[in-house]
Amino acid sequence: MKFEAEYKTIGKVSGPLVVVNSVKNAGYGEMTRIKLESGEERLGQVIESTDTFAVVQVFGPTSGINIKSTSVSFLGDTFKLGVGEEMLGRVFDGQGRPKDTKAAYAIEKTRDINGEPMNPVARQMPSDFIQTGVSSIDGLMTLVRGQKLPIFSSSGLPHNRLAAQIARQAKVLGKSESFAVVFAGIGITYDDASFFIDNFRKTGALKRTVAFMNLADDPSIERILTPRLALTTAEFLAYEKGMHVLVILTDMTNYCEALREMASAREEVPGRRGYPGYMYTDLASIYERAGIAEGKKGSITQLNIVTMPGDDVTHPIPDLTGYITEGQIFMSRDLSNKGLYPPVNPLGSLSRLMNNGIGEGKTREDHRGVADQLYGAYARAQESRSLSAIIGVEALSDSDKLYLKFGDDFEKRFIAQGEYEDRSIEQTLDIGWELLSELPENELTRIKREHIEKHHLKYKGKAKVEKEREEKKEAKKKEK
Amino acid sequence: MGAIERISGPLVVAKDMLGSSMYDVVRVGNDKLIGEIIKLEGERAIIQVYEDTSGVRPGEKVVSTGKPLSVELGPGILSQIFDGVQRPLTIIKAKSGTFIRRGSDVEALDKRKKWQFHADKKIKKGTRVGEGAILGYVDETELIKHYIMVPTGINGTVQSIKSGRFTVSDTIAVVKSGSKAVKISMTQTRPVRQGARFKTKIAAEVPLVTGQRIIDTLFPVAKGGTAGIPGPFGAGKTVTLHQLAKYANASIVIYVGCGERGNEMTEVLTEFPELKDPKTGKPLMERTVLIANTSNMPVAAREASIYTGITIAEYFRDMGYDVALMADSTSRWAEAMREISTRLEEMPGEEGYPAYLPKRIADFYERAGRVETLGGPIGSVSIIGAVSPPGGDLSEPVSQGTLRVVKTFWSLDAALASSRHFPSINWLSSYSLYIGALQKWYDDNLGERFLQNRGKAMRLLQREAELKDIVQLVGEDALPDTERVLLEVGRLVRENFLRQNAYDEVDAFTSLKKQDLMMSAMLHFEEKAGEAAEKGVGTDNIMELEVVKKITRMKELKEDAVEGEVKKILLETDSQFKKLVAEHGIEEERVNS
Repeated sequence: MKFEAEYKTIGKVSGPLVVVNSVKNAGYGEMTRIKLESGEERLGQVIESTDTFAVVQVFGPTSGINIKSTSVSFLGDTFKLGVGEEMLGRVFDGQGRPKDTKAAYAIEKTRDINGEPMNPVARQMPSDFIQTGVSSIDGLMTLVRGQKLPIFSSSGLPHNRLAAQIARQAKVLGKSESFAVVFAGIGITYDDASFFIDNFRKTGALKRTVAFMNLADDPSIERILTPRLALTTAEFLAYEKGMHVLVILTDMTNYCEALREMASAREEVPGRRGYPGYMYTDLASIYERAGIAEGKKGSITQLNIVTMPGDDVTHPIPDLTGYITEGQIFMSRDLSNKGLYPPVNPLGSLSRLMNNGIGEGKTREDHRGVADQLYGAYARAQESRSLSAIIGVEALSDSDKLYLKFGDDFEKRFIAQGEYEDRSIEQTLDIGWELLSELPENELTRIKREHIEKHHLKYKGKAKVEKEREEKKEAKKKEK
Repeated sequence: MGAIERISGPLVVAKDMLGSSMYDVVRVGNDKLIGEIIKLEGERAIIQVYEDTSGVRPGEKVVSTGKPLSVELGPGILSQIFDGVQRPLTIIKAKSGTFIRRGSDVEALDKRKKWQFHADKKIKKGTRVGEGAILGYVDETELIKHYIMVPTGINGTVQSIKSGRFTVSDTIAVVKSGSKAVKISMTQTRPVRQGARFKTKIAAEVPLVTGQRIIDTLFPVAKGGTAGIPGPFGAGKTVTLHQLAKYANASIVIYVGCGERGNEMTEVLTEFPELKDPKTGKPLMERTVLIANTSNMPVAAREASIYTGITIAEYFRDMGYDVALMADSTSRWAEAMREISTRLEEMPGEEGYPAYLPKRIADFYERAGRVETLGGPIGSVSIIGAVSPPGGDLSEPVSQGTLRVVKTFWSLDAALASSRHFPSINWLSSYSLYIGALQKWYDDNLGERFLQNRGKAMRLLQREAELKDIVQLVGEDALPDTERVLLEVGRLVRENFLRQNAYDEVDAFTSLKKQDLMMSAMLHFEEKAGEAAEKGVGTDNIMELEVVKKITRMKELKEDAVEGEVKKILLETDSQFKKLVAEHGIEEERVNS
């Protein structure tokens, strides 16, 4: 038992910060317990330590803290979380205390929530294709196990529905391995939180899920802890229990705002738009905890939601996120307004690890070419669209008209799909070929000749395609 | 020996530090974390710590090593991966597993391994040698001879020198320098923040051939030159730098991953050992040194990583090698500087960056260059620095500081990237100031046609962009065929010359000769197409010619087949246009009559 001195020497309270005097040797990052006169206790952490005083950041409100009577004790250690397999199926609050019931869970290990940086030498390159069943993602910005791929969205767009759909449908083909979902709600509303929990419950995933919930009305400083608790749990499940963990952090924008709030309380020199200059490093310490470690069975895949303030992708939050994550799924209001679900705009989207997860033996040999050509053609369709807005459709050249039509078809048939529609990668690529086959063959320069000869409808035989389509229709009718 | 007074993140203030100097390396606290003194105030020293300071308490000890931050240089450095302060990550992994524990005290070079040292036959007892003189070599890898040089500050006569199998700390020679007999081993240490000395800088006149068409043909960088590659996220900075690290014709490649993704370093580590040097067939890793301080590793070491990289680069330059250093990304380096500066409560300059930022950037790029080394041979260091401007806005301080000093600018374009046109280097806003200096080399090695074609291509692309603006207003149909055909040829060049697939086995690397042939064929087509359009042939008819298909697929041709195929393409272009024009003439006559 470590000696725990209680200090009643608070000198200053400002925002979430408390300065405790006469403390000689508090550890940097050491946890503290703040005891109010009422007996209520709050947690805090040392953010600056000197040989005469310590600055403590309080996780929670500072209301009720009294310079005369409140006491602060230093706990001798940094923030640690007790982790165990029994956390699965449980819901915790933003500080890691059980929220659903008071029942305790068996703690197998205690871990510092900040984790340690993974040695790049010990990383293993992610290369297992995750089929999400969503054409736009699987076809154009393929998710790979161990990747960190955020959804860049905006308020009012169905990012929660898409994240839930991915969590529901995601699978690695031909493998059945133990998986888990770790969910961190960061400053989200009660409605959003229960949307996810209900969704997990309905699909039976809840018993494989650990949820950490910091709701909109919970203390914002707590938001600094929530994603770290989630990732500490995920690392335990992945690297010590061999599970493939999908981590969903939502909403990282709330996290960054809490970070800014804390920085301004500390009177730090602000960086761009008031966010602290170290926000890149701080975000990296969260996002970089995705990955696969050599010699370990499990993996951590991150699917984080970032709502872009003012739909602005250059805002520091999406901007710095994009510099760290391995791509992004970009949601567009325009597509959403057209009534398309999911409104994923491929032109802003990207998966940096796509090449490792696609191709022969993983998805299909023509995947790269088809994706590149669809990107190129859709970009060209956008040019034709803006041209037609100025000079009118009638004045367009034949080739522009063709691309205009391609753009519409692409959105309707490739991007749009049902919320419960689970498309296989073959289906996705075949839809791609149906669309590309409408374009002049000379312009399919991004696809290898041999793949054109194998998959282009002209060579594949239109009759066969028609027949397949009829069969599908029949099958659908029967289903109904 | 002092004691900690205050801790705030990576910044530690220690008292009782009188006697230590600026930039001395210190060991901080019970865990002996590595730090560096960055400010002195009376008996207080302000220290930036290269490791996580969680749990460190005031009162713990601080010990100065009395030496500035240095790197250890000697055989065993190639194909290694180090962190920002030159600790080998493979050894850290062996010691502490998957995750990096702090306070790891590991040596940069393997002190037990023995190397076969071959003494230079010309050097005997009594030979006068100076700083930088080459005493002999070690075959460090099958690709690279590691020359052993006389360390800095030593000039005198050789008393003894011997070949044999030695560790890096064994004595291989004794040199009488002044009144002292200095034992020389195969290791030397150099401070990282100070550029290594050389005799003179000489003009850069040889291109660093990268195999990337848009770079080599349109915006080349010289050996010993500097290039900046700024771009928003997703624009392909890292892929481009990886391509350069793989294919650039430098003898040594230093790749600094500064504050970037862990998986990117892993990718390099898995890919490079499998890639073969085209000339020798040996793994490219054998000429490569990696410095990895990823974004989740401590921020202060990120600041140091750039200096560690450039110091190693200079060391190989001094042996007479052409070294290419890729720094991805210098913005993270600048941000690390900003973070430290903020904690020092320095008065901030633009966007919170310290006022000395532009100077530091300029100092870094100035360490590039082609030089006559102290030992005599000519070597070069080329620096290619990625910049990650927030929001892709180039008016920010790091981009501006970089653009003022680099001579080649590859401007990455978000719009191109989103349509998957890679490398997304914008051909209208990029530039290279080396064209003049390299002209002689191009003329001598490829013929004058190469640069003439470059000029033509640049004009074509410029003209295409202007026409596209007009089309935006009036539509393509309003243009005459002579201009519409330019648009089509412009697209052809963009899609099939400038665009290059880094993931395609053949397309990933294009030799200068193939680039020259491809460009010639395309410009020849342009010329013929222009003539045909003048005679009234419709654009659609021109673009439907059979030869177009072949031209668009030239990039897929294997290097040894290009010459023959392009010859055929030129002939077919001529004959098909001849036929087309003739048919058109007949058609016109028929209509007229």
